[in-house]
Amino acid sequence: MIYLQIFAEVKSKKEERKIKKKMTLANLTVGTPAKVVKVAGKTIVSRRLMEMGVVPGVAVTVIKTAPFGDPIQIRIRGYSLAMRKSEAEIIEVSE
Amino acid sequence: MKRVFQSSNSKAVIPSAIVEKNGGERRKVAKAQLTIALSGNPNAGKTTLFNVLTGLKQKVANYPGVTVERKEGVWKLGDTAARLIDLPGLYSLDVTSLDEQIASDVLTGKLSGLAKPDVVVAAVDATNLERNLYLVTQLLEFKIPVVIALTMVDAAEKQSLEVDSRKLSKLLKIPVIPVIATQRKGIGELSEAVLRVAAENKIPRLPWLADGDFSEDVKDIHLSLSDDAAANKKIFARYNYISDIYQESVNQKQTFERNISDKIDGVLTHKFFGLVILIAVLLLVFQTIFSWASLPMDLLEQGFGALGDFVKTSLPEGILNDLLVDGIIAGVGGVLVFLPQILLLFLFLSILEDTGYMARAAFLLDKLMSRVGLHGKAFLPLLSSFACAIPGIMATRTIENRHDRLATILIAPFMSCSARLPVYTLMIGAFFAGQTVFGFLSVGAVLMLAMYFLGIIVAVIVAFILKRTILRSPPPPFVMELPPYRLPNFRTVVQNMFTRAGLFLKRAGTVILAISIILWALTYFPRATEKVQNQNEAIVKSEQPAIGESAQLQNSYAGQLGHFIEPVIEPLGFDWKIGVALIASFAAREVLVSTLSIIYNTGKDANEESETLISAIRNAKKDDGSAVWSPLTALTLMVFFVLAIQCMSTVAVVRRETNSWSWTLFMVAYMTGLAYLAAFLTYQGGKILGFG
Repeated sequence: MIYLQIFAEVKSKKEERKIKKKMTLANLTVGTPAKVVKVAGKTIVSRRLMEMGVVPGVAVTVIKTAPFGDPIQIRIRGYSLAMRKSEAEIIEVSE
Repeated sequence: MKRVFQSSNSKAVIPSAIVEKNGGERRKVAKAQLTIALSGNPNAGKTTLFNVLTGLKQKVANYPGVTVERKEGVWKLGDTAARLIDLPGLYSLDVTSLDEQIASDVLTGKLSGLAKPDVVVAAVDATNLERNLYLVTQLLEFKIPVVIALTMVDAAEKQSLEVDSRKLSKLLKIPVIPVIATQRKGIGELSEAVLRVAAENKIPRLPWLADGDFSEDVKDIHLSLSDDAAANKKIFARYNYISDIYQESVNQKQTFERNISDKIDGVLTHKFFGLVILIAVLLLVFQTIFSWASLPMDLLEQGFGALGDFVKTSLPEGILNDLLVDGIIAGVGGVLVFLPQILLLFLFLSILEDTGYMARAAFLLDKLMSRVGLHGKAFLPLLSSFACAIPGIMATRTIENRHDRLATILIAPFMSCSARLPVYTLMIGAFFAGQTVFGFLSVGAVLMLAMYFLGIIVAVIVAFILKRTILRSPPPPFVMELPPYRLPNFRTVVQNMFTRAGLFLKRAGTVILAISIILWALTYFPRATEKVQNQNEAIVKSEQPAIGESAQLQNSYAGQLGHFIEPVIEPLGFDWKIGVALIASFAAREVLVSTLSIIYNTGKDANEESETLISAIRNAKKDDGSAVWSPLTALTLMVFFVLAIQCMSTVAVVRRETNSWSWTLFMVAYMTGLAYLAAFLTYQGGKILGFG
């Protein structure tokens, strides 16, 4: 798991450098208002996120990051939602 | 046990008063009897509403075969009595979790002994309308009339959030009743609306499903994971519909006053102060469980002692007397002593949960816990287990994912609980008292700390392995609401605390009683015969004073078992007498002390600091005249007690919480195995290094 996570992190950082266009909730700066574009994947996580109201078109703001860097807290539809960065990565956003 | 659950489930709650009142017209009454389901998001005020609607008469059980809690009560709507079923707090009804499965089974009337609900009351949080309405759209898809109880209207007002309930009702085409449950405001209107809707039995159109023919069959609405595109489309359609309704019925005046919770979060989840406060909160909980609980615990202990003495003297001597006093009263009393700790812990858990702080603690600690493969919510149960594993294991209910929860339950007993302290104290007192390392550090304190750390390290390793092997699962979504901070409702908190304690007593109590009696019988039978008396005489002759109690124990089945397991425990440096103590202390760890004192004839009332017991242990000899105990043996015993399960209450509560004997037995087996292995390594390793 940890290896996978590290691997995923390294991979995502590489991708970040390559394609800067694709912005996700995981790399959105704290406090910047944004809009959800897409919730990628067909997993339980993406389903759960959508059920909690994270659907395309909805306004979203990252409020803060937890002390150890993960998870993050976002505000959506007037309430606070916490999720791990690995989960925030599947949420594409635009400012 | 399962049968008990089922029978209690199938028993319909028929309010006797009403049946009596109507006398002969029973059939009519039975017809008028309504079944109402109460549904809602977590933190939507559902529990408070349920308590107000049903009063104190509630039944809490589990759904058959699973550990999802099932609560129901009687709600009196004027002349009609309704059976009110409290569904688990849910965000969604797409069947992806056990809670969701159960809720969906209740709503479709699939559960035996439970009629399909006539009406669903949905608790909807006015301050979080959109996400709460999502569940309502799904409820409507079940084609059962829905009445919305709009909660938290006072909180919404404070946030300058104006929810027009009439407009909302008109748009949704279902009744929307604002309620303030604690002040009983809106309760009358709510029951009127429920009765009206039940009589009409009309289901509104579901406009969000207009584009596809989703509504034909309830089964088709709740999709399997295979057709995700359709599922996502549906979620999207529901939220679009809700957004339109929200915009028309909610007027948000200002925004700057809105986020009191965010301000509190500014401190409580602050990168530095958040952690400091968390540690302070945990320390307070921990300290309270240890120190505040000790007074009532002592009182209980004395009370049971006195009760035992009273029974002993007032009943004629004999087997019944012994069974009552030494078996039942001592056994059950030994467990009930932990009740104050359990009550206090649940008081704290309820408060932390209801204020919204629990979610913050999980938020702060998730990163640390996820390294081991556990959920942030596992932290508090594990910490509680330092006081006592029983409330800790019961507290794992907040963890939704079954695998995460099982992993947490399986490692919780490694936390050194308060019942291990007498064992540590006795061993340290006998062999390490007054010694220091580096001239200033007491060996006892270092050892004590080492035992705590040993438990933690083993727990981390075991969790790591479990999550990668038998409990492997895709990492469950951490996606978790951080609910707004709220003042907990006193009544809900207290009721919750007593419900949990009651459940512990009822369910664990039966297993504990049974094991108490078995363990008592093992030490009681066979009764001392002439042979033993002769042995006694022989012992007397050899000028080793022996009293009957010790001889009885040595000759009992437990004593024989001690002899039987001696070859197995010999590599650990233990003799058969320690074996007897190990067997007896399966009841509870601290029993080791009293059993040793019986075996060594130092009187039953010796405690872990008793000088006579300590010197008896130091001077105990094997048959060949060599000393039984050495500092290494003492250390080995301590290591064994860190890792062995040695607590029947834990076994009972794990059985209840996992609802599975195989997991329970797996836990007993692997913990005992680990304890043996670690003790073996300690003793043999120590001998090689020249200790012992």
